[in-house]
Amino acid sequence: MARITIEGLQTIKERVNRENLLRIGEKHREAEKHSLDTTGSYRAHVLVCGGTGCKASHSEAIYDALTQEVKAKGLDKEIKVVETGCNGFCAAGPIMVVYPGGIFYQRIKAEDVPEIITEHMINGNPLERLMFRDPETEKIIPHMQDIPFFGKQKAIALKNRSLIDAEHIDEYIGNDGYRGAAKALKELTPEDVIEEVKKSGLRGRGGAGFPTGMKWTFAHKAKADTKFVLCNADEGDPGAFMDRSVLENDPHSVLEGMIIGGYAIGAHQGYIYCRAEYPLAIKRLTLAIEQAKEYGLLGDNILGSEYSLDIHVYQGAGAFVCGEETALMASIEGRRGMPRPRPPFPANQGLWDKPSVLNNVETYACVPQIIMQGGSWFASIGTERSKGTKVFALTGDVVNVGLVEVPMGTSVREIIFDIGGGIPDGKKIKAAQLGGPSGGCLPEHTLDTPIDFEEITKLGAIMGSGGLIVMDENSCMVDSARFFMEFCQEESCGKCTPCREGTKRMLEILTRICKGKGREGDIQLLEEMAPYVKDSALCGLGQTAPNPVMTTLRYFRNEYEEHIFERKCHAGTCTAMVTYGIDPETCIGCGLCAKKCPQQCITGEKKKPHVIDTEACIKCGVCMESCKFDAVKYV
Amino acid sequence: MAIQLADRQDELAEFSQEQLDQVDELVQTNRGKPGALIPVLEEVQSVLGYLPVAVQVKVAQGLNIPIADVYGVVSFYSFFTMVPKGRHGIRVCVGTACYVKGAQRIFEKLSSTLNVDKGGCTEDRRFSLETVRCLGVCGIAPVIIVDEEAHGLLQAKTVEKILDQYE
Repeated sequence: MARITIEGLQTIKERVNRENLLRIGEKHREAEKHSLDTTGSYRAHVLVCGGTGCKASHSEAIYDALTQEVKAKGLDKEIKVVETGCNGFCAAGPIMVVYPGGIFYQRIKAEDVPEIITEHMINGNPLERLMFRDPETEKIIPHMQDIPFFGKQKAIALKNRSLIDAEHIDEYIGNDGYRGAAKALKELTPEDVIEEVKKSGLRGRGGAGFPTGMKWTFAHKAKADTKFVLCNADEGDPGAFMDRSVLENDPHSVLEGMIIGGYAIGAHQGYIYCRAEYPLAIKRLTLAIEQAKEYGLLGDNILGSEYSLDIHVYQGAGAFVCGEETALMASIEGRRGMPRPRPPFPANQGLWDKPSVLNNVETYACVPQIIMQGGSWFASIGTERSKGTKVFALTGDVVNVGLVEVPMGTSVREIIFDIGGGIPDGKKIKAAQLGGPSGGCLPEHTLDTPIDFEEITKLGAIMGSGGLIVMDENSCMVDSARFFMEFCQEESCGKCTPCREGTKRMLEILTRICKGKGREGDIQLLEEMAPYVKDSALCGLGQTAPNPVMTTLRYFRNEYEEHIFERKCHAGTCTAMVTYGIDPETCIGCGLCAKKCPQQCITGEKKKPHVIDTEACIKCGVCMESCKFDAVKYV
Repeated sequence: MAIQLADRQDELAEFSQEQLDQVDELVQTNRGKPGALIPVLEEVQSVLGYLPVAVQVKVAQGLNIPIADVYGVVSFYSFFTMVPKGRHGIRVCVGTACYVKGAQRIFEKLSSTLNVDKGGCTEDRRFSLETVRCLGVCGIAPVIIVDEEAHGLLQAKTVEKILDQYE
């Protein structure tokens, strides 16, 4: 490979487009209509999801089986097998999409591969048994775009998901990759770029929602010999994997965003701070940087322009607080990742005291398209003050666990029920947790709230980086508040007293409530402490740590009262307050639980309902786990 | 009194000369580079498995920085460990999605089966047990990772079978 110019970029795009016509967006349909010249290219593309979720369910074996089978049948000149990044519909994994047509296969095993090849590829009969079925009507939905999970989504940050091979730069270029950077470097001044980003209304996707254009202006105006453009990929929120997916799917979109950002502020050095827990993302990023360098898309005189930029990947060492900007910079400098008071703001004094701009992965991924299609295009999507789309990691008690990207303004209910398919096992929803340990639990009656930075904040939660965890009626809200407080307490860096001591004391109170030792006045004490911690902590971690407690107290106060005054946890999560019992109606007297019980406190005649001696019971839960008839219940 | 490497030579006894040479080389090539400490420690840990105090002293002397800075970094980041690891590392995800799906029970089951606490290592050094904050594979929660392999959709009763796969 050699360095390329803008014309070279266009040549690659046209070549790849011809090859990939079958699958790139809507174009494959036009190709069918006009039967464009696709001589010499493959007649079918098989895309296997290679995201971390599908890999964990052995998608690599499927990929290997496919390449072998295609070869064995002598089809390797006709069928192209591609490993893509995360498809997003993780609940259906491992996933395969076949073009032309976009036929969606789910939960495939390596053993299914020969049948898929013979039936679908050779005989032309797509395999219905592996297709998606509508959970209500049982109707088969063969095409990916018709599946309700994808229906209400709009892909901007994830536009290449399940579409390109993330490890080949040509595939990215083929789908308009690096055109935003080319336009910025050739046609626009740094001021124009910033103006366009401002016009788009793009706000930081890492959580706080600070306007990106404004941040860039500050750094652009700062005078210094060296500046830095930084990317925050230290996605530490438990239950969130948006950034990981973008990095695995489409690492070049982040690099392109950083080139544009770096050009705008005048930075020639860049760092991507990525969690060590994301080995695949680090691998793909490193590879992407190498490939971009070979093409001259990174390094000196990018695309033949005057602008130069080098980007390095910096592997984080596992500290949640490093998601905070000043802590992240301290960490890159090789020190303990502890935040410092601001001002001076990083835009003036950041990494190594030089002006620095730090943006989140998803923010950068949106930038190339804003430059290419214009700020007003982006601003036409979303609500009045929140523009564009937002990616959410939808997890917990929901049918379609996965990654979703929706226009701002979509309601939380639409995400959970229309896209997510509702709650499994016919249960009711209790709460939606938004924003991770800094966010809050929203009760059922608030779910019609639109996704919008200000609207979500009004409810006491935050938009956060995009974790959306659904909790069903069997979840204990007090314990979930304790869980998040424990997280914040463990991750508190210890620098400022309100966070270090405040989270510790609040956790003590929550723990004792969950252990059935709550005292009268505990609720008031929590309510008194929460605002102190919120108002006086040094950084975002401490300032938002009380949010889960405050929202659960606001919406689920009765649960706290039940725990403290009645010593009851109706969800059965707080084991100290739980009593196990056997339902005589359901128990068939098989005796399995009695055999497994370590205390031997279950007795009963064979084939007759058994009884637990609650005095001797240590509440280990083995009986409940072992019962095949679900006869052991919380009483 | 300052910590002296000479007093702690026995902590290095279990490492081979080759390993120690590798560490020296890593340190030497990064001497004087700004911000090198964390990447160096990451690589040293991947060579030696863990970072006893003697190793930290070696790194500090080699990079010519105070031992307090090295210890400060090692004790701050959860990725670094000062205790040895088992042949197989079990990491139980306790992120929110796994929590909702019962990760605590999975952890308790592992802890009682192996008779180790969080951060500990079995006596035969077969397994070490840790918890991690979200591995980002929430789609198959609850999840544990043994070495590099993820096992998802776990139930407390199925974890023992998984352990049997690792010698």
